Amino acid sequence: MSRIGVAFDKARADGRAVLVGCMPAGFPTVEGSIAAMTAMVEAGVDVIEVEIPYSDPVMDGPVIQKASDIALAGGVRTADTLRIIEAVAATGAPVVTMTYWNPIEQYGVDAFARDLAAAGGTGLITPDLIPEEADEWLAASDAHGLDRTFLVSPSSTDARLRMTVEHCRGFVYATAIMGVTGARAQTSGAAPILVSRLREVTDLPVGVGLGVGTGAQAGTVAGYADGVIVGSALVRCLLDPPDEAAGLTALRTLSAELAEGVRNPVR
Amino acid sequence: MSANASAPAGQVPDAAGHFGRFGGRFVPEALVAALDELDAAYRKAMTDEAFLAEFGALLRDYAGTPSLLYSAERFSAKAGARILLKREDLNHTGAHKVRNVLGQALLTKRMGKKRVIAETGAGQHGVATATAAALFDLECVVYMGEVDTERQSLNVARMRMLGATVVPVTTGSRTLKDAMNEAMRDWVANVDDTHYLIGTAAGPHPFPEMVRDFVRGIGEEARQQCLDLTGTLPDAVAACVGGGSNALGIFHAFVPDTGVRLYGFEAGGEGVETGRHAASITGGSAGVLHGTRTYVLQNSDGQTIESHSISAGLDYPGVGPEHAWLHDSGRASYAPVTDREAMAAFELLCRTEGIIPAIESAHALAGALKIAPTLAAELGRGPLIVVNLSGRGDKDVHTAGEYFGILDKE
Repeated sequence: MSRIGVAFDKARADGRAVLVGCMPAGFPTVEGSIAAMTAMVEAGVDVIEVEIPYSDPVMDGPVIQKASDIALAGGVRTADTLRIIEAVAATGAPVVTMTYWNPIEQYGVDAFARDLAAAGGTGLITPDLIPEEADEWLAASDAHGLDRTFLVSPSSTDARLRMTVEHCRGFVYATAIMGVTGARAQTSGAAPILVSRLREVTDLPVGVGLGVGTGAQAGTVAGYADGVIVGSALVRCLLDPPDEAAGLTALRTLSAELAEGVRNPVR
Repeated sequence: MSANASAPAGQVPDAAGHFGRFGGRFVPEALVAALDELDAAYRKAMTDEAFLAEFGALLRDYAGTPSLLYSAERFSAKAGARILLKREDLNHTGAHKVRNVLGQALLTKRMGKKRVIAETGAGQHGVATATAAALFDLECVVYMGEVDTERQSLNVARMRMLGATVVPVTTGSRTLKDAMNEAMRDWVANVDDTHYLIGTAAGPHPFPEMVRDFVRGIGEEARQQCLDLTGTLPDAVAACVGGGSNALGIFHAFVPDTGVRLYGFEAGGEGVETGRHAASITGGSAGVLHGTRTYVLQNSDGQTIESHSISAGLDYPGVGPEHAWLHDSGRASYAPVTDREAMAAFELLCRTEGIIPAIESAHALAGALKIAPTLAAELGRGPLIVVNLSGRGDKDVHTAGEYFGILDKE
């Protein structure tokens, strides 16, 4: 079983959900992102999701796009992302990588899988790759023992849910709403329905993302999902404050609040 | 697993929208249901007599097609070739794009959706979409890069007059590609009641195939008109290529005519060697952008490189996947035309024919001027070239006036 799978099993045994925290690689700088992700782990984030910054992130809202633009303007390369993953994996927390497909295709799918595995990454979340287009990634992830997290959506048909989870390994990512990343005032009513539909077709752990930004929301989602995925709200901690130290403080505070939330599932 | 591998040889695209190694669907799962719904509606419509009759009537009575095929004698004399202009600039809204929007707007109605969104570069597709939305009583939101809203302010005003909401996009390079990102985000969030009316033969399956089918009348008309006028097929067909819908529209009917050479002219900007261009096929590499695999301007990490062209409508770092395939298969030839070459052809058409072309279309004219001597030498006679005059230049008067330095100073 993958390290992600172990993390989900352990959390399940503890009667809580896994907290997955996302941060773009190289934001605000390469070293700054390592510091940020390390702080998140120390404050209670179970799994770190390292997003490879991309010039055209169509599944991301303004917060993550802005952070990605800052990272790219700072000159971060795909090779830097692998270095960041290696550094964060050294903390002991499982590290999963979220990436749009083109950066992987240009690096070379098998080469990236090989180097990701060597860096200690557990696998990929692929927001714009559906299983039908994923032949090369299916083969490379098998060859290098990596997890595959495809997304499912409230609009996915039952047949597509079944097909998609058959191609997932590690966990499946349920997008809570029809929309892009970004914290929202209310948690989604569609998400619990989607998760229960998934339970019918898979035993894989289900992570729910999009729109979660507070400890209370994390607790609500933890009531029905195995994992709570938070991105934009954490990224904003580093975007808004005047300096990096203040940003890290805000990041630790929110991480701890979310970690508390997933330990108090609202059922 | 991939339909690409299992498709019968020669069937292009396959059922999953692959043109050889290009095309397909690289989209968030959230959009797959809508793309499937669209694909089903489109396939049903294309064999539905009632739909085809309604579409045909709109094209004839509303858009003003078939557009003329005009023998441009004075321009021909300068070109050293007989040039026939397919006058898509005379269509309602001033470009070939009205054909596509009428087709998609009809489909939108059939799918029971009440809202259309669109991206636009030069504003031509935005204006065409706003026009169809007014005609069909649909809510319309157009995403347009902030840079483009400034250089095409008249078209912004036209869209607003037609009742559309124009949203200036301030992310990234603030041009067409970013407008497309923003439209995709809107679509993911509003897919239940919204159709994304993509303006070119790009994007995820079925858009490239569907858009081509809605505009392929350009070539069907031109082919017959050329036969009627000259008794023969042309030696070559020339069109500009940004996303590539006007080029596919005029190429498609000629693809089986292997004696007819097909030329696509990309925006070479300041020159492909300078890096400031929008020539995805001649200056880019295979990659994934905006839901499809095609030629893309990108760095070695797969990050999109900002394109440059004096023509807002060609200023896009990708190209429709069918063009990528036509290039690889050798059936069509692609070459860059610089801003300078395009503007020289623009001026020549103005002065010889009294026709102000869109700067986009001026790239096709410049390309025809470039290939004419080579073709003449090869054929041992003056070649016959059909050029797609895809749009009119009213929207470009300010840009061209500045370029030629003919605007009165304040």
